[in-house]
Amino acid sequence: MREKILLLIENNAKLTAEDIADILMEEPERVASELEAMEKEHIICGYHTLINWDKTEDERVDALIEVKVTPQRGMGFDSIAERIYQYEEVDALYLMSGGFDFTVMIKGKTMKEVANFVAMKLGPMESVLSTATHFVLKKYKDHSTILERIRKDERMKVSP
Amino acid sequence: MSAPLNHVLTEIEPSGIRKFFDIVAEMKDAISLGVGEPDFDTPWHIREEGIHSLEKGRTFYTSNSGLLELKTEIAAYLRRSFSVNYDPSSEVMVTVGGSEAIDLAMRAILNPGDEVLIPQPSYVSYVPCALMAGGRAVPIELEEKDSFRLSAEKLREKITERTKLLVLPFPNNPTGAIMEEEDLRALLPLIEEHDLFVLTDEIYSELSYRGRSRSIIEFPGMRERTVYINGFSKAYAMTGWRLGYACAPERILSQMLKLHQFALMCAPTCSQYAAVEALRNGDEDVARMRQAYDARRRFLVANLRRIGMDCFEPYGAFYVFPSIRRFHMTSEDFANRLLREEKVAIIPGNAFGACGEGYMRISYAYSIQDLKKALERIEGFVSRL
Repeated sequence: MREKILLLIENNAKLTAEDIADILMEEPERVASELEAMEKEHIICGYHTLINWDKTEDERVDALIEVKVTPQRGMGFDSIAERIYQYEEVDALYLMSGGFDFTVMIKGKTMKEVANFVAMKLGPMESVLSTATHFVLKKYKDHSTILERIRKDERMKVSP
Repeated sequence: MSAPLNHVLTEIEPSGIRKFFDIVAEMKDAISLGVGEPDFDTPWHIREEGIHSLEKGRTFYTSNSGLLELKTEIAAYLRRSFSVNYDPSSEVMVTVGGSEAIDLAMRAILNPGDEVLIPQPSYVSYVPCALMAGGRAVPIELEEKDSFRLSAEKLREKITERTKLLVLPFPNNPTGAIMEEEDLRALLPLIEEHDLFVLTDEIYSELSYRGRSRSIIEFPGMRERTVYINGFSKAYAMTGWRLGYACAPERILSQMLKLHQFALMCAPTCSQYAAVEALRNGDEDVARMRQAYDARRRFLVANLRRIGMDCFEPYGAFYVFPSIRRFHMTSEDFANRLLREEKVAIIPGNAFGACGEGYMRISYAYSIQDLKKALERIEGFVSRL
């Protein structure tokens, strides 16, 4: 049942326990307790809203930073990662295969703020060998959702 | 100019849905649960093949019966679905939607006065097509107590010496009923005894929520007397591409092909190329959409029952067919009042045959969010009755 619940709410966090129960033909109480258990176990880590900030007055800057590091004795990738993800500016952090080690996604208010973060915080870290910062110019699709498109139902209202 | 027009056509009533459409069209902010087509876009890889065919300049006619490549894929699909073989070059034809295939099959099979058995409630085209082909339409009234399935008993009651053709409209629009193996098996002796042709319209076959959909063509002796009809509209969300197909023994199909050749020449070429891609690489898309419909189906049935509407559980297509008998009003009154008072459009059951009176067709080709909004309004309406 857990997988079924997760598949349902993955793209629609607004479904209530009652809705999920109706869809899965389960008791709402059982669904609610599974949800709670999965939250405790950190299988469900949060319920976020996907916002297209470009459509608001808010100025925001997102950046993707490729980071190369040297893991040091007694300090593997996980420990370095922990030092990076603690920063509030870091929106996401992934360990990568290939030409660099970490992808750091940064949310900042201005380009200067992001530049400062790289120059003052990330760059000087002992294990960090190099960084390459890429600013996001425009987001087209995020979390499987096309951001620009406002989906209009253009079907005829009644058809056989 | 007052010379009479074709009297068969002039005597056919316009579809009940058409009348209701005109009323709904006037109401701008109505929520509609009245459509008979998917809310998904055609999957991108399929659209891209259509676009690619245009870019390549494939803007020619195909052969009358369709691209051999597509007919070969259709035959392969039937082989893997039902273990039934059709020869792509003589027993498969591509049509402009499943609807054209219905028309062709009736015209190819019927002689004036032949009777066509049409289980109802069902899709609005069967009766007019039978009449336009010179036949006589004989409805078989299906009942909720039988889960709107066709029983041998119901079939036997309507067979006469003039009965020529049996229509099997399952999975069914508007009831959502399906026919399972034992239901189909029970019909076989009657079909054989009376030497009936069968038209099986399986346009919703991929939208079946209780195991795989069964077909009459799987049973011994049936393939030879059956026109199997399917298409791309419902399974792949390709309604606007207008593409269906028919499979039948050459004896029948060759006659259907004449009609198609003289009336239409061939189905749209770019749609045919897109359909090849759909059959080759579209199984996952179908599964994804089926899963979404199934979630909505259960959500809708549970909520309709909660707000006090009697609702039998449908296992196919994307409709539920609740009864409104307890409210002591006609289906059309219910539909009109619901539309005026709560601005929700659902289709009166009698649009699909007189025996649909007392029921409403509600489509769940809508998001859960849309269904929720509409349900709130329906609940408000029902609570006042």
